[in-house]
Amino acid sequence: MSGTNADGFAWNREALPPGPAQDSVVRGITGEIEEKGFVIANLDKVVNWARTGSLWPMTFGLACCAVPMIHAYMARYDLDRFGIIPRGSPRQSDVMIVAGTLTNKMAPALRKVYDQMSEPRWVISMGSCANGGGYYHYSYAVVRGCDRVVPVDVYVPGCPPTAEALVYGILQLQKKIRRTGTILRG
Amino acid sequence: MADATNLQALGAAIAEAAGPAVQEVFVERGAELVLRTGRDTLVPLMLLLRDDPRFAFEQVMDICGVDWPERAERFEVVYNLLSLSLNRRLRVLVATDEQTPVPSLIGVWPAATWYEREAWDMYGIVFAGQTDLRRLLTDYGFEGHPLRKDFPLTGHVQVRYDESRKQVVNEPVTLTQDFRSFDFLSPWEGMTTLPGDEKVHQIRSERGQIEGPQS
Repeated sequence: MSGTNADGFAWNREALPPGPAQDSVVRGITGEIEEKGFVIANLDKVVNWARTGSLWPMTFGLACCAVPMIHAYMARYDLDRFGIIPRGSPRQSDVMIVAGTLTNKMAPALRKVYDQMSEPRWVISMGSCANGGGYYHYSYAVVRGCDRVVPVDVYVPGCPPTAEALVYGILQLQKKIRRTGTILRG
Repeated sequence: MADATNLQALGAAIAEAAGPAVQEVFVERGAELVLRTGRDTLVPLMLLLRDDPRFAFEQVMDICGVDWPERAERFEVVYNLLSLSLNRRLRVLVATDEQTPVPSLIGVWPAATWYEREAWDMYGIVFAGQTDLRRLLTDYGFEGHPLRKDFPLTGHVQVRYDESRKQVVNEPVTLTQDFRSFDFLSPWEGMTTLPGDEKVHQIRSERGQIEGPQS
């Protein structure tokens, strides 16, 4: 962690660059608190740990892809063990799983739900139809990919993807959050 | 089970009771009784079919459209009726074109509203007397009737989220990938008979494409 962000705004004026000086300070503090029953960690890593450990998805089952998504929630794959609990409200959710064919008529509703989600928020596009229109690519009524309406973080291919594939996609999203997540507001 | 002779008898009885309202009676595929009637005689015929205890077609199961671009009256409205008490089905056909309205069956079966809205939406068939002729399936503000044969498959508009207007907008269709036409006779693109599947086609042709009840 450097002391400045991309805009050059110093949010920790006394930050030490990584090196022996920083290490000695950290070691000194750790040694002081460890015996009293404390653990210290980087704040952004703690935040990312919390975010990846409670990814609450907005369930947006639009078509047959909703069925493997439900499989992933149910006892066999049990996304609960990752702290993933499906929500019925966009206000409570962190990630939207677009599972199925997005039609022109549904697109404004999908965008409205996305806009109602609080930040930070992510989108998983599940299945061929959500990825690029899929079977209905040339249809007069289908959006050729839900990334035309909302920004997508992870694309899960398949028609429909298996429940394992969706779980893998969610794990990839967790990886992405760990890699890029930040406590700074975007 | 209703076999072809019973259906012929039923058709003859309906034709006798309805008189000139029935233009044509035939049994399709040996198992389906079909009547053809005109627009003016549709409602009285349907009332007869519903109320006469010999016919007792209490329910309208479906109303749909068919587009025949080569015909002078290009549309056909298909009414599928069911008699629960007599366990019989009947199909009634009415021809029309883009302008001429077909009388609505809302007074005979209130359930006809959604079917007529769907036929209006998909084909542009007008139903006279239908008070709620709104689109049923397509997008709000959609233009055209997509199941007409002259409607392009990809339609005229596509949607996109506009970041500057902060809303989902319609714009003319631009295909990033050209439409692909498949050669269904090429063994690489579409085999009409899969290996091991020859028997199915053989049986169908022996039956003369009949898949109805076996005597």
